[in-house]
Amino acid sequence: MKIIVLMKQVANKDAVLRVSGDEKWIDESNVSQQTNESDGYALEEALRMKEAKGEGEVIACTLGAQSAKTVLKDALARGADRAIHVVVDEPNKLSPLQIAKPLADAVKEENADLVFAGLQSDDASYGQTGVVLAELLGIPHATIVIEVDRGSLTNSSLRVKRELESGWYQWFKYQLPALLTIQSGISQIRYASLKGIMAAKKKEIKDVTPSIESFAGAQEIQKVYLPLKTKQTQMLGGGDAKAGATELVEKLKTEVRVL
Amino acid sequence: MSILVFIEHKDCVLNKTSLEAVTAAQSIGKDLGLKVSVVIPCDKDCALAQEIAGYGLEKVIVAKNAKLGTYTPDGYADAWTEIINKENPQYVVMAHTYQVRDFAPKVATRFGKEVVGDCIRYKAEGGKLVLTRRIFLGKLDADVTVGGDAPYFVTFQSGAFRGDNAEKGSASVETVEVNVGDIRMEAEEPFQEAKASVDLTKSGIIVAVGRGIKSQENIAVAQQLADILGADLAASRPICDAEWLPIDRQIGSSGQTVAPRLYIALGISGAIQHIVGMKNAGTIVAINKDSEAPIFDIADYGIVGDLFEAVPTLVEEIKKAKG
Repeated sequence: MKIIVLMKQVANKDAVLRVSGDEKWIDESNVSQQTNESDGYALEEALRMKEAKGEGEVIACTLGAQSAKTVLKDALARGADRAIHVVVDEPNKLSPLQIAKPLADAVKEENADLVFAGLQSDDASYGQTGVVLAELLGIPHATIVIEVDRGSLTNSSLRVKRELESGWYQWFKYQLPALLTIQSGISQIRYASLKGIMAAKKKEIKDVTPSIESFAGAQEIQKVYLPLKTKQTQMLGGGDAKAGATELVEKLKTEVRVL
Repeated sequence: MSILVFIEHKDCVLNKTSLEAVTAAQSIGKDLGLKVSVVIPCDKDCALAQEIAGYGLEKVIVAKNAKLGTYTPDGYADAWTEIINKENPQYVVMAHTYQVRDFAPKVATRFGKEVVGDCIRYKAEGGKLVLTRRIFLGKLDADVTVGGDAPYFVTFQSGAFRGDNAEKGSASVETVEVNVGDIRMEAEEPFQEAKASVDLTKSGIIVAVGRGIKSQENIAVAQQLADILGADLAASRPICDAEWLPIDRQIGSSGQTVAPRLYIALGISGAIQHIVGMKNAGTIVAINKDSEAPIFDIADYGIVGDLFEAVPTLVEEIKKAKG
């Protein structure tokens, strides 16, 4: 069986972000990058599927600048068999459909049994690349998958558990091929072993250079800015946590009146 | 020209966030001079239709097909495709629920469009909308426009508009028999994992921990604070994913939505998924070492610093205050 995993390079979760000069994105110059969190879980789930089946191929695929190759190398070190890099210079300038179309072109001929993606990126958070890709490929999709019943896998179907809201869940049996978007926390992510890192050096990363179509219906970011504060926040302690705690107790007594 | 709003339901019981979408659409309708109608996919003459017809709408369209009794992305996408082709709306407005996230991008793709998703507000400029979305896990806002022709697909974040502000009125009800093709997924019955043994929705005070707590052993630090305040302990998603606290302690879009008198967030950065579950708390206290954490944007009191320094001091001082 063949599984494609879509992965994206995003700014590190804990990075301090500055708005870029043109006010249309962040200034990426001093921001460390990482694999999008839920995409890491998507890869893990794909590797576990392959292991459970006892055969198969896991292909990591990203759309991004040359720097995004680190995401693919990391995926190969963790156990992916090969990788496809759709190389674009400024991925953050692309709208969801402009991202999904070249991805569809790049993976179509693989005729994969399953396509996995994280449920959304932690940067632009469009949350639709997977769904749009499934529609472009003409295959069914399930979003926010929190469990895959690996034992149920046949040549033509697979049971998956979707997360609904407020603690509800639902199982679905999907016809294959299908695309699943994976929720963070679906399983424990493995680390790359030294052996894996060595083996990765021999694995193939195929570069694809797409022609990006301009698209009149694209959503376009006009301006990025710090969120407007909806509340007046009283900052306590001036950077001294203990002093802040002492001041807070006074506030809890006199203003919030819970003590 | 019109705005179509999606009414989400399960067995003809309304998902109340749909009324937030109605409020949003009524507001946009006034600004742009558009009439608002709603669409209810259902397998029968939906029992919900008459209730929704009591709102200030042009019409309530029940998109009817035997295959629409249970939600599937294939079924809903087919129903919406037909209704949009028939009604030719300017905007399609939905609440950004998990169900909408599942099918709305599929529908938009069929029209060669995309969804401007999870918007928190809008402004009307020159007859079109400028929509604001949260990006980078809530650290930044982005104003977004969409080019090209209608229809434009927009979803609004839970709580961006108030459902009880939806204007009342009287609408006509129209049932449209829609065509639904092959459904490539079979749904089983929805269920709750473990009955939530802890009902945090009734808590007066909540002490919640996030990734900043660093280890399961450190939960005890937060527990001490909770104990002395008579508070319930809760957590953001990563803590429950790591099983440091059980899932019934989780606050946020995939957990419980709470509104206690006092909410103390320890080491929680404030991703949107968490904030939607607690932003209606009476007083919010945030303690976080990252001064730019989004949680400070909604906090009434903030302490920038190490929670492992702040919390023991808090416990001591509260002890003293309580005598």
